[in-house]
Amino acid sequence: MTAASGHVLAAAQALLCLAVAPGLIGLIRWLKARMQNRRGSPVWQPYLDLRKLLAKETVVSVNASWLFRLAPYVVFTSTAAVTFLLPVLAVPLPLDPVGDLLVVVYLLLLGTFFLALAGLDPGSAFGGMGASREMTVAALAEPSIAVAMFALALGAGSTNLGEIVARAMARPADAVSPGYLLAFTALFIVTLAETGRLPVDNPATHLELTMIHEAMVLEYSGRYLALIEWAAALKLLVFFTLLANLFVPWGVATTLGPGALLLAAVTYVAKLAVLAAAVAVFETRVAKLRLFRVPELLSVSFVLALLAITASFLSR
Amino acid sequence: MTDLLFAVMVGGYAAGAAAAGVWGQERGGHTASAAGAIVGAIAGLLLGLSGSAGGAAHHWAALDVAAVAGGVVLRLDVLAAFFLVLIGVVAAPAVLYGAGYVAGYAGRYSLRGLGVALNLFLLATSLVPLAGNVMTFLLAWEGMSLASYFLVLTDHEDPETVRAGTWYLGMTQVGLAFLLGAFLFLGAAAPSLDFADLSAAAAELDPAARGLVFVLAVLGFGSKAGLVPLHVWLPRAHPAAPSHVSALMSGVMITLGIYGLLRVGFDVLGGGPAWWGALLIGLGAASALVGVLYALMEDDIKRLLAYSTVENAGLITLGVGAGFLFQALDLPRAAALAVAAALYHALNHAAFKGLLFLGAGSILHATGTRNMNRYGGLIRRMPWTAPCMLLGTVAIAGLPPLNGFMSEWLLFQALLPGVAVASPVVAVLMVLALGVLALTAGLAAAAFAKAFGISFLALPRSDAAAAAHEASVTMRAGMVALAAACVLLAAGALPALAAAGAVASTLVGLAPHPPTFALWLSFQTPAGLARMSPPAVIAGLAVGLGLVWLLVRAVSSRRPVRLAATWGCGRVGQSPRMEYTATAFAEPLRRVFSAIYRPTEDVTVDHHPESRYFVQAIAYRARLLPWFEHYLYEPVLGRVRRWGRRTLLLQSGSIHAYLAYVVGALVLLLGALLVSGAP
Repeated sequence: MTAASGHVLAAAQALLCLAVAPGLIGLIRWLKARMQNRRGSPVWQPYLDLRKLLAKETVVSVNASWLFRLAPYVVFTSTAAVTFLLPVLAVPLPLDPVGDLLVVVYLLLLGTFFLALAGLDPGSAFGGMGASREMTVAALAEPSIAVAMFALALGAGSTNLGEIVARAMARPADAVSPGYLLAFTALFIVTLAETGRLPVDNPATHLELTMIHEAMVLEYSGRYLALIEWAAALKLLVFFTLLANLFVPWGVATTLGPGALLLAAVTYVAKLAVLAAAVAVFETRVAKLRLFRVPELLSVSFVLALLAITASFLSR
Repeated sequence: MTDLLFAVMVGGYAAGAAAAGVWGQERGGHTASAAGAIVGAIAGLLLGLSGSAGGAAHHWAALDVAAVAGGVVLRLDVLAAFFLVLIGVVAAPAVLYGAGYVAGYAGRYSLRGLGVALNLFLLATSLVPLAGNVMTFLLAWEGMSLASYFLVLTDHEDPETVRAGTWYLGMTQVGLAFLLGAFLFLGAAAPSLDFADLSAAAAELDPAARGLVFVLAVLGFGSKAGLVPLHVWLPRAHPAAPSHVSALMSGVMITLGIYGLLRVGFDVLGGGPAWWGALLIGLGAASALVGVLYALMEDDIKRLLAYSTVENAGLITLGVGAGFLFQALDLPRAAALAVAAALYHALNHAAFKGLLFLGAGSILHATGTRNMNRYGGLIRRMPWTAPCMLLGTVAIAGLPPLNGFMSEWLLFQALLPGVAVASPVVAVLMVLALGVLALTAGLAAAAFAKAFGISFLALPRSDAAAAAHEASVTMRAGMVALAAACVLLAAGALPALAAAGAVASTLVGLAPHPPTFALWLSFQTPAGLARMSPPAVIAGLAVGLGLVWLLVRAVSSRRPVRLAATWGCGRVGQSPRMEYTATAFAEPLRRVFSAIYRPTEDVTVDHHPESRYFVQAIAYRARLLPWFEHYLYEPVLGRVRRWGRRTLLLQSGSIHAYLAYVVGALVLLLGALLVSGAP
């Protein structure tokens, strides 16, 4: 793979992520609606929402400062930057030397951090509540993400995503090893917590005392809200991509031929659809946890991650 | 060149001290004192940079005086040079800031004493890494401790400050006692107390004695670095000092504890068995967690920063400990990476903690209180301080693209090879250390989201915050300089790491410039474990931010942004009382970690006399269990006090009794000599 074609690939992958992300949210909502015997809005509804929000007037609280207006751009940019580092369609990744798993995790945390600050800025109790809870969940999720990812990195001998995928493809038996399965479960729980899904947060509610993410972004409207909604969808896509391509890397292209890339794109979308269905089923089956039960869920995830790293240590 | 820079450094500080001593109460003398200190600090920085080039240690032979008592020996090697750079990076901006900051003390406290003590403190601090033998080291070390004690006492009319000073003095002298013990054991077998001789003699010591020396050194230097459980003075003394002094104490002085560990542990003792590393990793992990957990609960902004210093000292110690462990396991390249990560984090911490203390000082100056629950909305009133503090907050929270993230990334990567070590004990220890590191990073992000969000955003929560004013020009300049240092240390992560790597590889006994890091655009850790490119991450985010802004502008509605009241479920009007406070922000985490905090809450509700359904006032008091004070210091201090009271029996006040003691002691000694048969 030449440098130029590699960079074209990185840009193409990022654009694909940006384009697919709202559809992923739409798909989950549609599936959930079907499972709850509702007709549901079409899968492409989030795209229409984004267009509507971009066209609408933006209203900002009089109490808000410049930080409130800066935050959506930081949130969106940091999340979009992650997509350049992800193994979406093909490996080796041209931008592997730029950032690894830790860069991905901490770029997402940067977005969370700014969103929390923006939640505090208008001075409403809702925003403060959301910000406080979001930082609590993010802080507690951090160790399980790190340890689960190191379990993967140990097997691959690298924390760079492209190399993890390449290694997993070279040794397909690893994907069903106990270490991988435990790490997958740990990361799946973290995905639910970090992206504000049930049972940690309810993405379908806008004004309840239990909400986290929606409470933080309550004051946003217009183009700012569009950026934040899109970034939230992207964040979900990022976690899904990690789950899909790090643990089940089959289909990821190793050459840049059109056939291989097409196959990669099709398998990628199929894997996303499977994960979306899993989340939709899960969300229709479980109820939201009380806020102070969430740490227990996250400690379960951390213990699973610890077991994963121990398992990958033992199997060496 | 080296001699000239050294002379300018010492001369600058000396002139600054003299100027403060003679004309300290006048404006001119006060400015001259600051100018002297800045000249000294910059010369020290340049001296450090010139020494970082490597090569043989520079020894100022002409300055070897008083050879009888061990004498003064000053030597500049790469380790000393690194710490001189670290001192200079914080000292120059902090002194510049202080020039404006102390104006608030004029007329209340002696600016003369403050100027003299500050210059002497900086001089002694700069001489600590340069010391070539035990005598010089202890002189500089004590000079640093005593001068900073006087600096802490600046605001001596506040009884709280005096108590803080006493704690500090007590802890620092206990630390000194441990250090004396360590040096006594080391020096017993050595021909002189020069570090080179000690190093040669240390190789001959038996393992138990080496272990004892190491433990004593960890206790002594750990008390300076603020390692748990010797950290109790930090959250007392650092907030009590003037803010630019807090910046120097937190950013610089604690890292000299780390310097001492490296000097004695690696340079003199030459590393040791694996348990040394494990001990440091344990202490570091405990300090990191305790520090960040208590920082999270703190409402006093300077105490929050002091606890966060405990956290960062813990992270640095974690890296140093991994260095000792890997060296014991015969993985010198992994050891070099771990020590380099620790050194780089120490440098970064100096920059962002210095910046945050200066920013906290500006807020304190503007509002007159350290309680964050009385801040709010400062982002509008302090247009310079707010972005500087935001930058420092992002850096200390370990978020990309700033320097805090770069060094935390390296710490992660430095610990990772340990998980692959064949010994299960080591592997499990490393996994736990990684978990602690990740949890600490997450909690630090929460703590600093609180610190910045509650202080600067939303509506002012007090009249003082509503009437806050921006800091003076020199104060702003000091903050901007340190903010720039944070950005430069991130963008220039590769050269900074190369310097730290050279120091680290010298310490663990590799060639000065080993191929530990392939210094092209990316970090490359040993064995090709991971790659990351700080400049590319920074550039990518900056370009991305611009692009997103342009694109959104192009496709979104042209209608101007409309301002409206914050939405509030139909309530009329918004008051600061509806906002989240610092205490409220941290409440979920207080509940989550209640097993550690053991919070006691005390709620008093005043009802309206007419009806219990109307509440007039609620008083809420929350207290955390101070574990270390309660279970360690209070019993120990109580026992010391009881013994003290018993010895009072001897103090009859009668001269006859005292003469009898002297005679009795003499007889006992002679008797002992007779019995032992000495000539």
